[in-house]
Amino acid sequence: MNSDIALQAINLVKYFPTGSSGLLGRPDKSVKAVDGVSLTLRKGATLGIVGESGCGKSTLARVLTRLIEPTSGQVILNGADITHTSGKELRDVRQQMQMIFQDPVSSLNPRHSIGQIIGMPFTVQGQFDKEATPVRVRELMKLVGLNPEHFNRYPHEFSGGQRQRIGIARALALNPSVVIADEPVSALDVSVRAQILNLLEGLQAELNLSLVFIAHDLSVVRHIADEVAVMYLGKIVERGPAATVYTHPAHPYTKALLSAVPIQDPSSRGGAGRIRLQGDVPSPIDPPSGCRFRTRCWKAEALCEEQEPLLTDDGSGRLVACHFPEETPVAIGNRAQ
Amino acid sequence: MSTFAELDHDDVVIATEIVGKSPRELAWMRFRKDKVAMFAVAVIATYVVVALFAPVICALLGISPTRLDGAALNDYGLPNGPFGNISFEHLLGVEPGTGRDILARLLYGARVSLMVGFIATFLTTTIGVVLGVVAGYKRGRIDAVISRMTDLTLAFPSFLLIIALTRPFTQRLEAIGVPEGNPARLTYIVLVLSLFGWVYVARVVRGQTLSLREREFVEAARSCGASNSHIIFKELLPNLWAPVIVIVSLSLPGYVSTEATLSFLGLGMIAPAASWGVMLGDSVKYYRSDPTYLFIPGIALIVLVLAFNIVGDAVRDALDPKGDRQNLL
Repeated sequence: MNSDIALQAINLVKYFPTGSSGLLGRPDKSVKAVDGVSLTLRKGATLGIVGESGCGKSTLARVLTRLIEPTSGQVILNGADITHTSGKELRDVRQQMQMIFQDPVSSLNPRHSIGQIIGMPFTVQGQFDKEATPVRVRELMKLVGLNPEHFNRYPHEFSGGQRQRIGIARALALNPSVVIADEPVSALDVSVRAQILNLLEGLQAELNLSLVFIAHDLSVVRHIADEVAVMYLGKIVERGPAATVYTHPAHPYTKALLSAVPIQDPSSRGGAGRIRLQGDVPSPIDPPSGCRFRTRCWKAEALCEEQEPLLTDDGSGRLVACHFPEETPVAIGNRAQ
Repeated sequence: MSTFAELDHDDVVIATEIVGKSPRELAWMRFRKDKVAMFAVAVIATYVVVALFAPVICALLGISPTRLDGAALNDYGLPNGPFGNISFEHLLGVEPGTGRDILARLLYGARVSLMVGFIATFLTTTIGVVLGVVAGYKRGRIDAVISRMTDLTLAFPSFLLIIALTRPFTQRLEAIGVPEGNPARLTYIVLVLSLFGWVYVARVVRGQTLSLREREFVEAARSCGASNSHIIFKELLPNLWAPVIVIVSLSLPGYVSTEATLSFLGLGMIAPAASWGVMLGDSVKYYRSDPTYLFIPGIALIVLVLAFNIVGDAVRDALDPKGDRQNLL
């Protein structure tokens, strides 16, 4: 096992049973929220996961943190398989991996003071100490840029950005090595986003965190991620170093996503213009055969319907799951050899 | 001011703490501003104090709920003076037929009414909250069992059942050692009210829990390794007090009047023990010759029930300031 790897997902699958089941008997259908996802997060690095709403990003985050049991596959944290741990072992795992949540309103218990909220991890881990914990909580508050004097205040007295800082302080309380941030800035004002992103980046460097950063906004991920994985309907369609993916997207879906990012000067898009995808994301209950993106892809051919494209390396350390990937400089270079 | 994200242990100041107001404190502040509700609270408090000190008050006034004062009655068995013989000796007059002091009986009756109300409310709330939270949080099979139980209980014609089961159940209770007569009858009333009352609490609490459990702070607790009991008692319950307090303040007067109804029908307390229901039932016989007797326990009951309802509404308004009715008017 490579000791440089903080978190690894191998072929993770999560199906949610659904559909009309009688009073007895099992549900006959399932939502394929995460369908065979493999990921690697290097120590101290940031992995961005992007995709539109409903593509399984949040489910993936919850499977990785063991909030949801995976249907199959493996999660490996710091070299140890944590897919099926339980009881005390799972509690230890939870110390090493923490989560930052999306909604700054619902992620804080409205009846608890800030001190109680940030101190909660110590309480549930049985590490609460009457004297040490409040001091540590105040340290954490300072660390995330909150005024420690607000120790006894309640969540409703804070703004969205401050609440998200509280959530970050709670996630850092147990000194985790891996932090999974599930759309931590999506619910914030644009003006506050940058502050929180900079805070996360600063903390990552300071505490040597390995970060999984989930977002539906590519520009946000570009700001923070070293590596990017693009998800579509429960599968990863493209994965690679952020610079490569952003400058030369290989999968048509990635290209479409990137073209949707607003830029100051549209004419600088190089004449490519915006790609407008037709239709909606197909239902994850009954995904299309072959390539899942084919129903909305402008390059789809018969092959896409028959055969599912596998994630393959295009020679630049980037993986892409497409039969007809975009021509990229690296790929062209490889073919010329 | 030092820069953010700078760790400096000496800088952690504890002296100048800013104390925030918890949601509970804010609700209490709003509640205190409601003058009518505060008056209703005072009324309820008076009832409780008077009921608790009924023997003392009766001793001070020299009255008794059971002593027969034949001198206060005329030859027809009706009170001598006007308005049921209201006098210095008997501040609220005497009972026709027996000559027992009405004030004393009212005070002792308040003990019965409030005791039944408080105990039944306590039992229904405890059972309802526990089952509701467990059903809402655990979902699945446990939820199905508890929910079917509530449906079943709601489907029972409870009032008929209470009436029909009075005899056999009080006998059963007496057989297992509950003192005969009124204690057994009261125990039966409390138990049977609790048996049918918990479902209303459980349904509301289950519904609230269903929405609360999906909030991210519950996931946050789980992702830190919290046990189910931590989540239920520390994370969920503090958020459930608001609806529970409202149900309590609205169901308590219901139990008080149910007890009165049952006693009125002859299923609760029986004379010479005093209860408002017994008094009401008795007074109906004399409503033409001595209407004062009918009004006294009736008004006592109405004032108590009204006070509880006002407090219940005020609590709901205080806990949910967005539903501000004053702005609508």
